[in-house]
Amino acid sequence: MKPSSRITLAASVLLVLLLVASAFALHHLDQMGSRVQLDEAFYVMSPKLAQRLSLGYDGLLADVYWTWAVQYFGARHVARATHYELLGPLLEIATTLDPHLTIAYQFGGNFLAPSPPDGAGMPRQAIRLTEYGIRNNPSDWRLYYNLGFIYYMELKDYAQAADAFGRGAQVPGAHPFLRVMAAQMAQHAGELQMAKMMWTIAYQSTQDRDIRENAASHLLALQVEEDITNLEKLVALYRERTGHRPSSFSELEASGMLRAVPLDPLGQPYKLTPEGQVVVQEPERFPFLGKGL
Amino acid sequence: MSSRIVHIASNTFREAVRDHVLYNLIAFALLMSGAAILVGQISIGIERLVVVNLGLAAVSLFGVVIAIFIGIGLVSKEIEKRTLYTVLSRPVERWEFIVGKFLGLAGTLVVNTAFMAIGVFAALLYVSRAFDRADVWVLVALYLIVLQFLMITAIALLFSSFSSPLLSAVFAFSLFVVGSFAEDLRGFAAMVPGLSRWLAMGAAYLVPNFSSLNVITSVAHEQPITRQFILSGSLYALLYTGMALCGAVLIFERRNLK
Repeated sequence: MKPSSRITLAASVLLVLLLVASAFALHHLDQMGSRVQLDEAFYVMSPKLAQRLSLGYDGLLADVYWTWAVQYFGARHVARATHYELLGPLLEIATTLDPHLTIAYQFGGNFLAPSPPDGAGMPRQAIRLTEYGIRNNPSDWRLYYNLGFIYYMELKDYAQAADAFGRGAQVPGAHPFLRVMAAQMAQHAGELQMAKMMWTIAYQSTQDRDIRENAASHLLALQVEEDITNLEKLVALYRERTGHRPSSFSELEASGMLRAVPLDPLGQPYKLTPEGQVVVQEPERFPFLGKGL
Repeated sequence: MSSRIVHIASNTFREAVRDHVLYNLIAFALLMSGAAILVGQISIGIERLVVVNLGLAAVSLFGVVIAIFIGIGLVSKEIEKRTLYTVLSRPVERWEFIVGKFLGLAGTLVVNTAFMAIGVFAALLYVSRAFDRADVWVLVALYLIVLQFLMITAIALLFSSFSSPLLSAVFAFSLFVVGSFAEDLRGFAAMVPGLSRWLAMGAAYLVPNFSSLNVITSVAHEQPITRQFILSGSLYALLYTGMALCGAVLIFERRNLK
């Protein structure tokens, strides 16, 4: 072997060895926990400072902050966390950097508003964020819809929800349901129907795959809840007529109160417990289900 | 245009290509394809926004770095290698040398930007599946970025005509940063009274106002750019570039090259 080839071989082997060794050293360093946590680093970043430091590339930095917000929420959500201290600041920085980043208002509000473990449990902060979004994007009717949604779902504030839907209905090109919702909200309409209407609008008014999947899951859960409510009414009626609970849906079918064993929206038969409760067979397939578990 | 300027410009372009300047396109291609494929998986609803924001920011930053680091060496390298004396011993005016160098580097940046634009549109097509009418504003943003390159190239050449490469790089990059804060400088001028106001206002008009030519975030949201804005921006950039080139020519004409 020529001397130059020997050097090439030795340098190549050394390079690989040192690369692997440096990776191990870094891993060891990580475990010592001496590095500044990202969480702490975010605290010193004010929205205005971030805007100055962006050197005009504020749109790109807003995308980065929005992605951080999504990752932060996702990681905490999976861990069933009850505190989301940095979610608000991350969303504030993202939307200050790019006030037209409407996706951050739409999803950010839904991250902030619901109670843990579904969200951060900060509906007031969600309302502030959405109002800021409306001020900067007054012609986007979805933001009024989101605002009404938060008032209705999280705060049960029918007057404010009606006001938000009403304002949204006046925006040119708004979904026609907004006017109906404003009216029904003013009358404190049935919650299940209202919720179905809201998730239907969420499903119809976007092309985003994630938003559609989320809305479809909610609609499935609402359908199950509606089915269960109706089936439990039938069970109660059967008990009233016969004096005992039915042991299965076949008894209801034999009595002529049902045509067949009822199926959930995914095609699985509902189950009747000995206590007379109706449940789904595979609750994990309905992530937002509040009944029938 | 004099054929001597064209020769100097084409030699400058060839030299930049020989120096592997266009290798930055590989990094750019990796960045764009990575962004187009990965962002959809780690974020929500911003695939197109990221492609436009990241693509145009990368075009801008890569171009500014090339303009500064090649621009600062345009004169000093020729002096160091003593090739400048060969050129100037022929019937070539000093101003022709400066203008030729400027046009050569500007041409390099335009070609580089054209390739990057293809990358941006390919990534857009990947994430959106089809082109949209609003995508034409991305072309407008690219045009305005090229105007910024002309300004920064002229500025780098200006510093290169009298200073060392290291100092020229520091001066040019500092001016790029200050120019990105030009709007804040105006805001500051509006807040202070008396002489300070005039000094701050003067500085705000003297430094290159890059932020006024930056429409990246607007086009990412598919907001149209008016024809009036494009014309005014073009006029401003060309006037400022001309001014910086005149400064470079003035200094270089009087520089003692012995």
